[in-house]
Amino acid sequence: MVLYLVPFAAAVIFIIAVVVRALKIRSLPIHLRWELYPVAHEKNARYGGSFFEHVDWWKKPRESSMAGELGVMIPEILLLKGVHEHNRSLWWRSFPFHFGLYVLAGFVALLLVGALAMAADVEVGPRAHGLGLVLHWLTLIAGVGGCALLALGSLALLVRRLSDPVLREYSAVADFLNLVLFLAAAGVTLAAWATADRDFFWLRGFFYGVVTFHFESGVPFPPLVVAEIVLGSVLLAYIPLTHMSHFFTKYFMWHDIRWDDKVNEKGGKMDARIKELLGQKVSWSAPHIQGEGKKSWLDVATEEVTKK
Amino acid sequence: MSRPIPFCDFCTPSEQLAHVDPKDLPPLPPPYDKWEEKPWTPLSQTARTEREATLDDTLAVGVPKPKNKQEEDELVAAFLRGLDKLFTSENNWTFLHPLMLSMEHCARCQTCSEACHTFVESGRNEVYRPAFRSEILRRLYHQRRSGGGLLSRWQRGGIELNWTTVSRLLELSYRCNLCRRCAQTCPIGVDNGLISREIRKLFSQELGIAAKEIHEKGSMLQLRVGSSTGMNSLVVKDNLEFIDEDMTTKTGLPVKTPWDVQGADILLMHNAGEILAWPENPGAFGIILDAAGVKWTLSSEAVAYDAINYGLWYDDVQYARVLIKHVQAAAKLGVKKVIMGECGHAHKAMMVIGNRVVPADMAVPVESTLPYIESLVDGGKLKLDPKRNDFAVTLHDPCNVVRLMGIVEPQRRILRKLAPKFREMEPHGVDNYCCGGGSGFAIMSGNNFGEWRTRIASRRKFRQILEAFQDDLDPKHPKYVCAPCSNCKGAIRDVLKYYEAEERVGIHYGGLVELIVNAMTDAKPGFLEFSAA
Repeated sequence: MVLYLVPFAAAVIFIIAVVVRALKIRSLPIHLRWELYPVAHEKNARYGGSFFEHVDWWKKPRESSMAGELGVMIPEILLLKGVHEHNRSLWWRSFPFHFGLYVLAGFVALLLVGALAMAADVEVGPRAHGLGLVLHWLTLIAGVGGCALLALGSLALLVRRLSDPVLREYSAVADFLNLVLFLAAAGVTLAAWATADRDFFWLRGFFYGVVTFHFESGVPFPPLVVAEIVLGSVLLAYIPLTHMSHFFTKYFMWHDIRWDDKVNEKGGKMDARIKELLGQKVSWSAPHIQGEGKKSWLDVATEEVTKK
Repeated sequence: MSRPIPFCDFCTPSEQLAHVDPKDLPPLPPPYDKWEEKPWTPLSQTARTEREATLDDTLAVGVPKPKNKQEEDELVAAFLRGLDKLFTSENNWTFLHPLMLSMEHCARCQTCSEACHTFVESGRNEVYRPAFRSEILRRLYHQRRSGGGLLSRWQRGGIELNWTTVSRLLELSYRCNLCRRCAQTCPIGVDNGLISREIRKLFSQELGIAAKEIHEKGSMLQLRVGSSTGMNSLVVKDNLEFIDEDMTTKTGLPVKTPWDVQGADILLMHNAGEILAWPENPGAFGIILDAAGVKWTLSSEAVAYDAINYGLWYDDVQYARVLIKHVQAAAKLGVKKVIMGECGHAHKAMMVIGNRVVPADMAVPVESTLPYIESLVDGGKLKLDPKRNDFAVTLHDPCNVVRLMGIVEPQRRILRKLAPKFREMEPHGVDNYCCGGGSGFAIMSGNNFGEWRTRIASRRKFRQILEAFQDDLDPKHPKYVCAPCSNCKGAIRDVLKYYEAEERVGIHYGGLVELIVNAMTDAKPGFLEFSAA
């Protein structure tokens, strides 16, 4: 029973941490435009062109392409295209690490589907037929493949962080321990598979308990399976609490900053918001401002600089 | 493999933290492959004894040394107050969102390093690594936020806060061109250029400390007198009258700059530095606009006859003050639109950043000179002969206009049409390298900073220029670097001069409109004069 609480608690922490962080980012005030070209949704993104290339650009309809954004984001997220282009030696280490995590997310999804299938009286395993057999093999490949990639990637990244004097100097203790945690989670899962759970029978059984709310297996789980469940849960809860939350904040950094070329137009929501922000009190103390919480942005921006 | 500067060394007082040995500067292409790099011009003894000059071989801000420990502590306390304000919505709504995300999510993978021309061309000196200054601010920020506890040090790494840390961080924020090429390569979206700018802003807006060329002699002078050049309205008009006469004589075409024309089609805004340093640029604009029959005007309103807005590089308040003056002048004249002359940062200040500073009902449509001039070139009213530009031409992409605004093709289409020997630099377009003069460096030359800028920050641009002209290094054959930006021209002028590139290779530089006038068949030939040819 207690074991089942661990992933539930982890999932709750994960969801709360992601939602809180996303809300916190969303609550930040609108910022001045700071885009960086190529802006992926622009018509001429292939060479980095923008609507500013046109005479009387404000009279022209704005063309924005969602496909353009997806065309950049998908290879960026799945294949780490930017790292591949700009830091190839790191890519060989970082790609298996990240791709391993994606595969493991698929592994968890397959375990859930397998558990649901079992709840629907579909046999899942090496001796099953049809869907059950497909699920078995996909789960096996995703679990072993994902863990192998993650273990390889986290070990390679750890070695790089320890052996490269620059990376070592810039790293905090947590950066090393994070990688150790990933390595341990992947290693323990592989060990559990190799020694006690070759068909992920136990793990799928655990998920069966989760989806059916049947928290008593009757037979104790093997220690390595317990360890993989605990470590996986710890990782799930821990990631969004750290800078590794870039797995979703990247959206805001690219979509809301790098590609944010929205024009402030008369009568729009943005314009109203900017007027509000200009009314905020400023407390910067430099002699040429002396806001001290009494002057608004509008006051300091419009006051005359004395002629000396 | 580079040896990093330990963060604890950054905080420990010493005579000088980093030094670039000229022997470590990467070799340049021919004919400079055998060029002997001279030692640095040392900082004066006065600078060393009276100013905080312990970062590297040069000095950009040169804040005076505190007189005693109490003064040091007061400055550190003021820095901390500024740090707190930098992360509040009311004091920094302008950039809080991108700054927070850049503070929180860096993986410190150093992917950005090789994108930085200053880092690479310094021989990969660690002090110029783009993530270095960001990491210092990041550690200070997290320590401050968490009360300096062990958890913060464990999670984010620690750093000691003292006057040495603060004064070096201030200087270090002026070793970045804010070109944001590093941000382009970051897989997460962290922006070291923004962080450099925000450090400068903290010092300027809280402590009143900034490089004097961009604050005291820059935006403050512009707001007091009308222009950072020191020209008031009468002097500007007088200078333009002289330029008109000179251009009329030179081209045989009558030119008269119109002032304060109500309801004009366009209000043209020049960087006033052009009027003093490169008069042929505003002159060429006048020739083109008159020949095309455009109803245009300049404004003689204080501040508005100078398109510069140095606040873009260091101070939101100064930035907003100048921007509002520019917008008000355009509105007062009731012009149909504003055209930004060949000045990159003025483009970005007025067209991109300004868009969310000025309420939309105050705004006036603003357009870049590049598509506008292209429309005149294509319009048929100018008679043009590309054979008049029968020399090698390459194009510099000003970061503010290209990487940060996406204006890439109009200038190229003009050159393909009017410069038969046009060739690109590599890389170019949005992947270009900064000229080394970005973020105010082009106008900063106190102490030996001009030499540092020329030999390190502008080195990559000089390398690119040389590579573009490798097919013919004969100094008798003129070559032209087209740089449609005033500050870029300043930096390129200085690096060409330092390496005697006009005498040795025949490399000249100038703007885009000069090339167009040079091709105008109604004008006397030889608008561009190549003395070494």
